[in-house]
Amino acid sequence: MTDLHTIPAYLDRNATDFGDAAAYREKEYGIWQEWTWSDARTEIEEMARGLIGLGLEIGEHVAVIGRNRPQLYMSMVAVQCAGGIPVPLYQDAVGEEIAYVLGNCSAKFVIAGDQEQVDKVEEVRARIEGLRHIVYLDGRGLRKYDHSVMSSMETLREAGRNADRAEMDRRRAQQTGATTCVMLYTSGTTGKPKGVVLSHDNIVSTSKASSGFDNLRQSDEVLAYLPMAWVGDFIFSIGQAMVTGFTVNCPESADTIMHDLREIGPTYYFAPPRVFETQLTSVMIRMEDASRPKKAMFDHFMAHAKGVGPRLLDGEDVGFFDRMKYKLGELLVFGPLKNTLGLSRVRVGYTAGEAIGPELFDFYRSIGINLKQLYGQTEASVFITQQKDNEVRSDTVGTPTPGVELRIAENGEVFYRSPGSFVEYYQNPESTASTKDPEGWVATGDAGFIEEDTGHLRIIDRAKDVGKMASGALFAPKFVENKLKFFPDIYEAVVFGNGRDRCVAFINIDLTAVGNWAERNNIAYASYQELAQHPRVLATITDHVNAVNRLVAEDDMLAGCQVHRFLVLHKQLDADDEEMTRTQKVKRRLIEEKYADLIEGLYSGAEEVYTETDVTYEDGRKGKIKATVKMCDAEVVPVDVKTLEAAE
Amino acid sequence: MLDTDTFTTPDGRTIGGTVMDLRNITLRFGGVEAIKDISFDIREGEIRAIIGPNGAGKSSMLNVISGFYVPQEGEVWYRGKPRPQMKPYEVAQQGIARTFQNIALFEGMSVLDNVMCGRLGHMNTNILSQAIWWGKAAKEETENRAVVERVIDFLEIQAIRKTPVGRLPYGLKKRVELARALAAQPSLLLLDEPMAGMNVEEKEDMSRFILDVNDEFGTTIALIEHDMGVVMDLSDRVVVMDYGRKIGDGTPDEVRNNQDVIDAYLGVAHD
Repeated sequence: MTDLHTIPAYLDRNATDFGDAAAYREKEYGIWQEWTWSDARTEIEEMARGLIGLGLEIGEHVAVIGRNRPQLYMSMVAVQCAGGIPVPLYQDAVGEEIAYVLGNCSAKFVIAGDQEQVDKVEEVRARIEGLRHIVYLDGRGLRKYDHSVMSSMETLREAGRNADRAEMDRRRAQQTGATTCVMLYTSGTTGKPKGVVLSHDNIVSTSKASSGFDNLRQSDEVLAYLPMAWVGDFIFSIGQAMVTGFTVNCPESADTIMHDLREIGPTYYFAPPRVFETQLTSVMIRMEDASRPKKAMFDHFMAHAKGVGPRLLDGEDVGFFDRMKYKLGELLVFGPLKNTLGLSRVRVGYTAGEAIGPELFDFYRSIGINLKQLYGQTEASVFITQQKDNEVRSDTVGTPTPGVELRIAENGEVFYRSPGSFVEYYQNPESTASTKDPEGWVATGDAGFIEEDTGHLRIIDRAKDVGKMASGALFAPKFVENKLKFFPDIYEAVVFGNGRDRCVAFINIDLTAVGNWAERNNIAYASYQELAQHPRVLATITDHVNAVNRLVAEDDMLAGCQVHRFLVLHKQLDADDEEMTRTQKVKRRLIEEKYADLIEGLYSGAEEVYTETDVTYEDGRKGKIKATVKMCDAEVVPVDVKTLEAAE
Repeated sequence: MLDTDTFTTPDGRTIGGTVMDLRNITLRFGGVEAIKDISFDIREGEIRAIIGPNGAGKSSMLNVISGFYVPQEGEVWYRGKPRPQMKPYEVAQQGIARTFQNIALFEGMSVLDNVMCGRLGHMNTNILSQAIWWGKAAKEETENRAVVERVIDFLEIQAIRKTPVGRLPYGLKKRVELARALAAQPSLLLLDEPMAGMNVEEKEDMSRFILDVNDEFGTTIALIEHDMGVVMDLSDRVVVMDYGRKIGDGTPDEVRNNQDVIDAYLGVAHD
């Protein structure tokens, strides 16, 4: 097993060694449909031969776009078998974004999930030179389309079944670890997305190291529900799945994920903090409705779990009675709760992408879920640092993954060197050179430091977002935003203040949490906008901001980042309006430009500001939202802020 | 007399011969003439709309087509034969299914159970063996469930499969009604204001489902709708009614330029 270097080679290994074990499952027509590893190999090889038959040449790019489905995962491996390079795209990307990526990688083929995706590609097709053919999975609504330029997956496989396998075998024999495995586009918080080229060596070595780190096994189960274009999903659902041979389960539809999660009960689970938070919010909302004895029991045992649960998980010594009480709690509360969440069987759970609130993190750990944090990026094939079992904390991202070296530059930026670090940015030598030096050190763009006593890495903020305030005090917006976002009522926050004498903030309310609160308190509202500007909502958010200011004031270096004034935005920040990336990260600069009038209002001391905002609806139409946004004052704790110079 | 010619629409669908022919229909409720001497036909595979202002007699017309009302004068020809007076279940057995203007679902039952009701006409085992799920009944239920699951998948309502209908928002209830009608695998589908009370997004979804049903299963569809934009986009031919009379019949373009239709919608003085 040590001399396998490519994903197709692992496919062969899996089909030979555990051919009858499930490789993929998908819920369709209400039943979990299964592909064994040998089914998967047969299907993948048919697709690969079909693609070669359609004229796919070695090294050509094939875009894959759609929701998580086994056939799409298999098609990516099929592209590799045929010598091509798969390029997964975000399924909710709009026409423009798709046009950019397809043009940038000069994709020759597109494998699309359904009519919606085909339509988006057709819309921009005229602009993509050399795009030859579209293969679609779900043919519904496509009957009338021009089938000289597209065909169904069945047709492709049918053609592949009748084709000779010699050419595919010849191409596969040429592949080595240095062959490109996949190209993934960075989400692009600034500027246009860049194509990150990852080799089979990158993917295979990272998958091996990380699977070994957490003892992942062939019998493990994952639920593939995160965007296929995101590097994490590629590593979990293709890299690690191929290397360890575990089962990848695909949900029935985007709306049934939580239900499917319960049915599958994954043993290895990944979710960004937002998903964990949504799950917790829904539990808490339901507990509010529970009968009084149940609620009392829940509260009692949760209080106990808070103290005992994480310690048990870390293998620490816990008194006999505490242990027994925890066991009883497991029987009465935690067990059923984990079952409801679909997390009963989780051996290893990860969260990453954003900082996770300590309370949220502790909640999951206290009910016995081994939730850990990792730190990574596309350029590293995900893994840079991970938390070992028994060394789990909410404020660090752990120690380097086996094989990864870390270095902190003088300006505080984190650099790493690893077998997983990317080959290059596609057709972009300048960016490649400025990110990766000749010795292989890659700049993460994040500022952080390594704790001396534990060796854990702590991330402060994006290096380019860290600035100085007019007074010279350090400005790290993320630090404050994360603290704000830890409140369930706050969905998103953006803090401004670079070069200014005070900080101000934009807040997005969480419609589920605040809407539920409004219902309970008999507060009527007709729209998101109205709820966001409701005086009582503003009062609650003011309390949250005040609380965060008190926390921020405790930090010697960052006390200057307290929020003096804020407003609650009249619309949700949205990727369709280019205010966020497809991975839900705020595009700070764009927001600053777009809402310049509101920022001005916050700094000028205005009580309210009238504003008109362009919005893009889901079907691509444009519109305007008009609103009068109230500006709120927050309490600031007076502190002597050490300036950067003083700290250094 | 029946037209059996087939032709192809501009978007590549095949429209067949006449499925239903309504000849000189007059329907009275006591002294009120709801429908006055109306004739039109519905062809195989087309989307046929009936439009008109409030009180024009559209729903009455649909009830005549579905066999629920029996006209005092005129004949309904279905698949080349004059149709006798029938009970609703006999109509269903002929391959006609419908949805209602004011949703008629079982609120306390789950979406799945409601949609399964659409399969009733396809179940042959007796109620006793169904109750104890014995013998052929079990096999039959599995087969019918498979059909229902395909409809659920088609209309993208997997997430609410087990949800009681009473808890659903209006737009989704409409979709469940369509699902139940589709579960019967009808050859003629009657939709009574499928988009009433929906927001723009829901209307877009529903329009897509209607087009897909027609395209995918070749189902002939007759629909009543108020939203003119939707009707003009969806249908192959449109019948326009006003005060129980037919004032226009033809393709959306023809109807749009018909002076009587314009008058009926913009309003002129009636005697």
